[in-house]
Amino acid sequence: MPDGVAQQVIDFRPVGRMALMREFWAYFSENRGAVMGLCFFVAIIIIALFADFIAPHLPNEQYREAFLRPPFWQDGGSLEFPLGTDAVGRDMLSRLIYGARFSLFIGCVVVSIALVVGVVLGLVAGFFRGRIDTAIMRLMDIILAFPSLLLALVLVAILGPSLINAMIAIAIVQQPHYVRLTRAAVMGEMSKDYVTAARVIGVRRLRLMFVTILPNCMAPLIVQAALSFSTAILDAAALGFLGMGAQPPTPEWGTMLAEAREFILRAWWVVTLPGCAILLTVLAINLMGDGLRDALDPKLKRS
Amino acid sequence: MSQEAILQARDLKRFYRVRRAAFGPKAVLKALNGATFDLVNGRTLAVVGESGCGKSTLARLVTMIETPTDGTLRICGNDIVGSSRATRRSLKSKVQIVFQDPYGSLNPRQKIGHALEEPLLVNTTMSKQERRRSAKEMMDFVGLRPEQYDRYPHMFSGGQRQRIAIARALMLRPEILVLDEPVSALDVSIQAQILNLLTDLQEQLNLAYLFISHDLSVVKHIADEVMVMYLGVPIEMGSRQAIFEQPHHPYTEALLSATPMADPFRVKKRIVLHGELPSPIDPPPGCSFNPRCPRATDICRQDFPEMRQVGKTMVACYHPLD
Repeated sequence: MPDGVAQQVIDFRPVGRMALMREFWAYFSENRGAVMGLCFFVAIIIIALFADFIAPHLPNEQYREAFLRPPFWQDGGSLEFPLGTDAVGRDMLSRLIYGARFSLFIGCVVVSIALVVGVVLGLVAGFFRGRIDTAIMRLMDIILAFPSLLLALVLVAILGPSLINAMIAIAIVQQPHYVRLTRAAVMGEMSKDYVTAARVIGVRRLRLMFVTILPNCMAPLIVQAALSFSTAILDAAALGFLGMGAQPPTPEWGTMLAEAREFILRAWWVVTLPGCAILLTVLAINLMGDGLRDALDPKLKRS
Repeated sequence: MSQEAILQARDLKRFYRVRRAAFGPKAVLKALNGATFDLVNGRTLAVVGESGCGKSTLARLVTMIETPTDGTLRICGNDIVGSSRATRRSLKSKVQIVFQDPYGSLNPRQKIGHALEEPLLVNTTMSKQERRRSAKEMMDFVGLRPEQYDRYPHMFSGGQRQRIAIARALMLRPEILVLDEPVSALDVSIQAQILNLLTDLQEQLNLAYLFISHDLSVVKHIADEVMVMYLGVPIEMGSRQAIFEQPHHPYTEALLSATPMADPFRVKKRIVLHGELPSPIDPPPGCSFNPRCPRATDICRQDFPEMRQVGKTMVACYHPLD
């Protein structure tokens, strides 16, 4: 038996997912804005999931006797429609609650598509380098050279206006950021000895890419995913506002804004409330994303 | 040499094409320019030289991370350049490497148990239980506790990590271990433990070591033979005793004189070399050491000297010291 066994210091800190989560939470909870953002975001998720039970009315049900009712605290408002009604007599609160479903759905789908495609392209570019890298990165540069909303508009114009097409368009517009981040992280990891060691051991390419390298590149990608979640919601709302996203009568927040444009002077609530919903959701997600970045960035970590 | 060499390198070369300016023409960087040596089971060949002399390139060639530009490399009698993919793969498991930096050489997201099992997972058809058992045996073998199986690399000290790296390298039962400065990132007390571990392992497993180092006191401790390199070329080779007692190349002499010794009564005659290591893109004509050599003459600036026997060592020099 070689010597030196006796004087080894053994680290008995707990391991596993629970310990990792606990450490992550310790860093995350230091940032109060991030915690508030997280709480708001969780609330939105709950509202979206239980919309059927929370909403007082159906989103598309029209009350002919109640056009443009103001919120309950104003003259002429009633608790039957707590946040008033829109121009065709639909309850604003219910539409906002159901709208949360669409926003979260858009965020999830866009981020998933952009993340998966972006990570694979970035991994391939960073791993193989050379011509494949050049081809992928120049393509991404071309996509980045367009103003993002304009490109999304063009894509939706080609594909035809609908919520699904809008999501695909936004995912395409967002994915160069993932490709760049992944490529940079992969190139950083590739030069490390553990990758060389894995090669010497005989690990094959695919395993090297996805099992050895990728997990070490995840931290910036998680942050980017959280932050681009809000961008996706914002872009989808913008496309909806321009009539290129979700089509009426879908209670999507951006589409609701577009429908209410002409009443902006007469009935403030039909424009302001969907706008506030977008603002608060995006703000909450951005705060949360910042907290996530601080918690996951190894440079800011104290050991 | 009594035994058949497990690894034979003959005039091994590795050139890189590099671009010096953004749109300039490519230049050839001769990182390794003709290395010839043998490795024998149970023996240690130490490769010494200052940074940039091609030591690490040599390690990358021997471990088959890169292919040589020219020359032959035979492992267990098989030439790696001409052999099939399957042969190359089986040869690959015969040569393993331990890196200098124990912090960078372990995957931070991989439990060390899994790091030890990975070589078996990708190269053999062993079952999960068998892999786990042999990983734990190996941990015990290199002086780690089997309870540490589920820990992540950041929970270990530098010396323990180096033990893990050695254990991982040994999982495939290699015959050759390339040690790329395995102790230079460690504390002196830990260095001794790791060197003793390496010596024990060599005795038990009859391993051939290619020990790359710039630390001559470590080399003196562990090496059987020493190869001194300068600018991609071996300039002196011989047994440890011969090199340390009577170096024949002026560069080896200067290198040895720079090693600190804990002996206050020894008369220090430090030889200070003037000038910088020349660029391997643009090496000087003739002997690459001639601009810094105190004994250089005209012939040194014309042709590179051949390796020849002088005293007990092989030297590439026209004017060897006696």
